[in-house]
Amino acid sequence: MSKELELLTDQVCAGYGYDPVNLLPILQEIQQRSEGNYISEEAARIIARKLNITESRVYDVVTYFSALSAVPRGDVIVQICNSTTCSICDNRELVTWFEDELGVKVGETTPDNKFTLIYTHCIGACDIAPAVRINHDVYGGLTREKVRELVASYRAKEAVK
Amino acid sequence: MKQVHEVHFITELFGKYDGSSLQSYLEAGGFKPLQQLLAGGSEKILKEIDESGLQGRGGAAYPTGRKLRQFLSEKAPRKFVVCNADEGEPGTFKDRELLRRNIYQVIEGMIITAVCTQAGEGIIYVREEYTNIHDHIEQAIESCYQHNYLGKNILGSGFSFELRLFSGAGSYVCGEGFAMCESMEGKSGRPRTKPPYVKQAGFLNLPTLVINTETLSAIVSIIRHGAHEFRKYGTAESPGTKLISVSGKVERPGVYEIPFGLTINEIVNGLAGGMKNGKKGNFVQIGGASGGILPARLWDTKYTYEDFSRAGMSVGSGAIVVADTETKLLDYLKVVQDFFNHESCGKCTPCREGNRQLRIIFDKIAAGTATAEDFYRMEIVLDVMGSTSLCGSGKTEVVPFNTAIKYFPEEFAVFAEFEKRAVI
Ligand SMILES: Cc1cc2nc3c(=O)[nH]c(=O)nc-3n(C[C@H](O)[C@H](O)[C@H](O)COP(=O)(O)O)c2cc1C
Ligand code: SF4
Repeated sequence: MSKELELLTDQVCAGYGYDPVNLLPILQEIQQRSEGNYISEEAARIIARKLNITESRVYDVVTYFSALSAVPRGDVIVQICNSTTCSICDNRELVTWFEDELGVKVGETTPDNKFTLIYTHCIGACDIAPAVRINHDVYGGLTREKVRELVASYRAKEAVK
Repeated sequence: MKQVHEVHFITELFGKYDGSSLQSYLEAGGFKPLQQLLAGGSEKILKEIDESGLQGRGGAAYPTGRKLRQFLSEKAPRKFVVCNADEGEPGTFKDRELLRRNIYQVIEGMIITAVCTQAGEGIIYVREEYTNIHDHIEQAIESCYQHNYLGKNILGSGFSFELRLFSGAGSYVCGEGFAMCESMEGKSGRPRTKPPYVKQAGFLNLPTLVINTETLSAIVSIIRHGAHEFRKYGTAESPGTKLISVSGKVERPGVYEIPFGLTINEIVNGLAGGMKNGKKGNFVQIGGASGGILPARLWDTKYTYEDFSRAGMSVGSGAIVVADTETKLLDYLKVVQDFFNHESCGKCTPCREGNRQLRIIFDKIAAGTATAEDFYRMEIVLDVMGSTSLCGSGKTEVVPFNTAIKYFPEEFAVFAEFEKRAVI
């Protein structure tokens, strides 16, 4: 595990010339390629060493940005928008549909570590509010039935992996 | 109400060409403005932008012509032009459409801006939330490199310009110039103190011009058609057209290009098809989460910089979030406050602690335990935040609350009610 992480980190950092200016894309790439979809303490330590910066700087950046996580998450991140427009357009129903379908509450990860359900701030999809983002794709105009199909399609994709 | 129509000045090429093909952009007349610049020199172009009266569309409404001239006078071996495609204001999605449907015009705007201000490097800073269009943008950049619209010695002009995409990582404050520079330098995006300004010492402490996606697109259209065509739209103080993002309880939410001067009524009930399911309008929030709250009784207010300024708000990001009477104002303000509570970067005390105080007060409102004293405390907190915060975030966050207090005093009477109840 540690060796794999060392290798991955080195590969990614090398791609960015070991230049700490590139810390953000480096973290995004390492997170994306890491088990658990997060930057572990161990990963942060290795990154700090490779880039010759302090661990606290890595930690500061990881915890500052909402697209980075210091705790493990599912492979599929379901983000329900709870900003202004989506709250007006009643996103609460959407929340219960996803909670029912995934069997977890907002803020939790499914026991099989496949899905994490969280809130997000505005994702710029207010024209189809209430909106949800699943990994990089955005959906709106959902019904109970469509949520079921959507979750099933992501489950199927995960099963293939 | 008179019939209102969208206009297509900046969005002229929407749907007119295959948005992902450079060839079809060229066939639609793309890159002619750049050719004009390369043939006629930058002074002519800068004059055109001055005359258009174009104001920055990122929210601060600074005259773009003046901004470019100031940046031109910054001398350094490396200078950066950064397209601000961070679009973080809740309710805003018009830059998304510019990137999706007319990315080549955004890139052309960057090249023109770079040539006019003698900057050799560019970055398109796109929010992480738009990851699903990052590839589309990178392919367009790549095509421009292949055909020498980017890279060394562009079209044999002797001018070189390197351009790349940078992905944000989910932070509202990174839309602010210095915070954006910090994040591009691999740090958490917290604003720096001014002076020096971003234009003098921004990314890597080098002169950096941060300019909004729509502003860049507008520059190209203004050169294509001339400042006089742009000025045919709008008012004397708010010349031209503006992209607005209309969302919430309307029949047809979406991005519309309007001439400045339409009323909110014309926008909501004309362009956007009226209130959803015929419900009664309650209020709109203008310009994002940091924008003003305007009650339905004032929807004959004109959409211009000057009219909004008189109403205690601003055009901001161009967002218009429409609420009907099913939305309770105080519930809505709590959502707004939650947003800032989450996004405040914590660097300066007034904004960090002010948000903590506001949160306590809004929690009390939700629980029904707020008192008149909490209301006075809220007013003091807002006053301090608005006047002493370090960056625009804390400074403008107070606008929705202040305008809500101004236009809906009856909503805040509940504080007194709660108190009475508590005494009994
Ligand atoms: C907290 C904060 C967030 C901002 N977010 C954005 C944004 O998402 N997009 C944008 O263009 N400008 C944003 N701005 C304004 C920019 O700092 C800057 O004024 C603008 O990009 C300049 O471009 P313009 O001259 O074309 O308006 C933000 C400002 C602040 C203080
Ligand atoms: S006003 Fe808020 S966001 Fe801006 S620097 Fe201060 S704490 Fe950070």
